[in-house]
Amino acid sequence: MTGNMLRWELNAFVGFIERQKNLYRRYWAWEGVWLLYNLVSVLSIGYLAAGLSTLGLEQGQANLHQTQLYLLVGALLWTYLSLVFFEIAFAITWERWEGTIEYTFMAPIKRLTHLLGVSAASLLYGIARTAIIGVGVVLLFRIDLSHANWLTALAIFAAATLPLLGLGIFTSILPLLSPEKGEQMAFAVQGVLLLISGVYYPISVLPGPLHLAGILSPLTYTLDGVREALLHGLSLAGALPDVAILLVMGIVLVPASVWCFGRAEERAKRLGLLKRSG
Amino acid sequence: MAIHASELNTAAVEVDGISKRFGEAGRPNRLMPWRKLKKPKLALEQVSLHVETGRITGILGANGSGKSTLIRILATLLTPDQGTASVFGYDVVSQPDDVRRHINRVSVEASFFKEMSPWENMLYAARLYGSGGEGTRDRVEAMLERLGLPLDTLDKPMKQLSRGQQQKVAIARSFLTSPSLLLMDEPTTGLDPRSKREVQELVRSIRRDRAATVLLCTHDLQEAEVLCDRVVVIDQGRVLAEGTPAELIRAHAGKTDGSLEDAFMQLTGKRLEEDEEEKEE
Ligand SMILES: Nc1ncnc2c1ncn2[C@@H]1O[C@H](COP(=O)(O)OP(=O)(O)OP(=O)(O)O)[C@@H](O)[C@H]1O
Ligand SMILES: [Mg+2]
Repeated sequence: MTGNMLRWELNAFVGFIERQKNLYRRYWAWEGVWLLYNLVSVLSIGYLAAGLSTLGLEQGQANLHQTQLYLLVGALLWTYLSLVFFEIAFAITWERWEGTIEYTFMAPIKRLTHLLGVSAASLLYGIARTAIIGVGVVLLFRIDLSHANWLTALAIFAAATLPLLGLGIFTSILPLLSPEKGEQMAFAVQGVLLLISGVYYPISVLPGPLHLAGILSPLTYTLDGVREALLHGLSLAGALPDVAILLVMGIVLVPASVWCFGRAEERAKRLGLLKRSG
Repeated sequence: MAIHASELNTAAVEVDGISKRFGEAGRPNRLMPWRKLKKPKLALEQVSLHVETGRITGILGANGSGKSTLIRILATLLTPDQGTASVFGYDVVSQPDDVRRHINRVSVEASFFKEMSPWENMLYAARLYGSGGEGTRDRVEAMLERLGLPLDTLDKPMKQLSRGQQQKVAIARSFLTSPSLLLMDEPTTGLDPRSKREVQELVRSIRRDRAATVLLCTHDLQEAEVLCDRVVVIDQGRVLAEGTPAELIRAHAGKTDGSLEDAFMQLTGKRLEEDEEEKEE
């Protein structure tokens, strides 16, 4: 790719981030509602843990605190993962609602630029929102993170980005395949990910096939690794297997999802599924 | 993007025997075999077209005759079943990237992010076409001013603009990227008479100043008559006739002082008188 072409694509990449920023700003009322929704969801998980002792599950204080931390980290991470996943998965659905899809698809840019631009905006957005909720959690619960190895947590978090993008892009294909039912499917995919990826429990409690699905889910390694790092100070060396697995999954998932997106786009253009009216 | 000198000699648009059906025929759904087969809809049949660079070509036809389908094929948004189409020598199926760099399109509905302002929408469009830096705001303002859009609407959410105002922003968007081929699908539908004139004047000026080629679908036959160098009439996916407006009038209007509308009615087989007789009965 020549320098000029790269600059062209980079300009468009910035355009997608700029567009998403403007959209978040213009839909600020909705943003407020969703933020509140996420916050109370995480808080209710925190209080669920706090309430366990009153439910007759008498345990030592230390144990209870560990459980609460376990659940809170899970809830917070899930907020982030599902947020980014949804933002990417709904990129196409969103443009369909707005009626801009043909204009974006007609633009003289690489589809990769389009998908990466939306993904980058989603990541920034996910991080910002999760950080706000994180502050809320720290203020409301007594969180003991004295054992945390932040560097390890960060490494796993970063490595998780690639497979997360892959999953999002794969799901964003659904509304291209079926304009009517694609968007509902995205919710189903998210629900399954929640079930199998060990957000609130180790996946070892899952029955056979679900357990297997959990092993294949990149989110499992993300949750597991970040949790170990924050709660038990997992060393960077100890986290290498998790990081490696996530990177390999990402290196497979991202190109595969972009390739499938291209096939789905071709199919949509053959069948006239992009848009009909006009 | 400006066209190269070498491209000036090639046809702007070359369509050769294009057919397009919607709804796949004779392919039962393997997963859901109980589903009824839909009858395929023939939108275009063996359409051929040659548009020279720097011309304004009108595409006329009744509702559902296949105009938008043709425009979408040229805009790389639909793949034809048969035949080939190229824009400045680039094939729309195998070289979509090259085609996209040279075109833009206005459709009947404005197609914007409705919560975002006209400016934010324009900036997004500019970014996708390699600009968006300094000077973009000035160009946007100048373009919208020319189309008679009050500048205080520039930073309001799009949804607060009237339909015609939104359409003006859509037209401005398509001009902003300086396309060599402009695909206009009923661009002036919903505009007041004065704005219609403004748009027509703008279309003339880009042909004059930049030798841009325009393909214009319209139901406004007077507009076609005053604006178009050539006119193509299609009906049920087939080309019925083409030529300059004067040629079509001479050949098909059926009277010496006829208009393009007369020719259109004759060609599409529905004479006004017949329609009116039916109504009276
Ligand atoms: N995406 C699509 N899926 C299925 N059928 C379609 C699709 N697009 C167009 N058609 C059908 O193809 C035919 C031609 O449609 P087209 O939109 O090209 O007509 P048109 O000439 O633009 O009409 P109008 O003047 O109303 O805009 C119509 O019968 C329409 O129902
Ligand atoms: Mg149409």
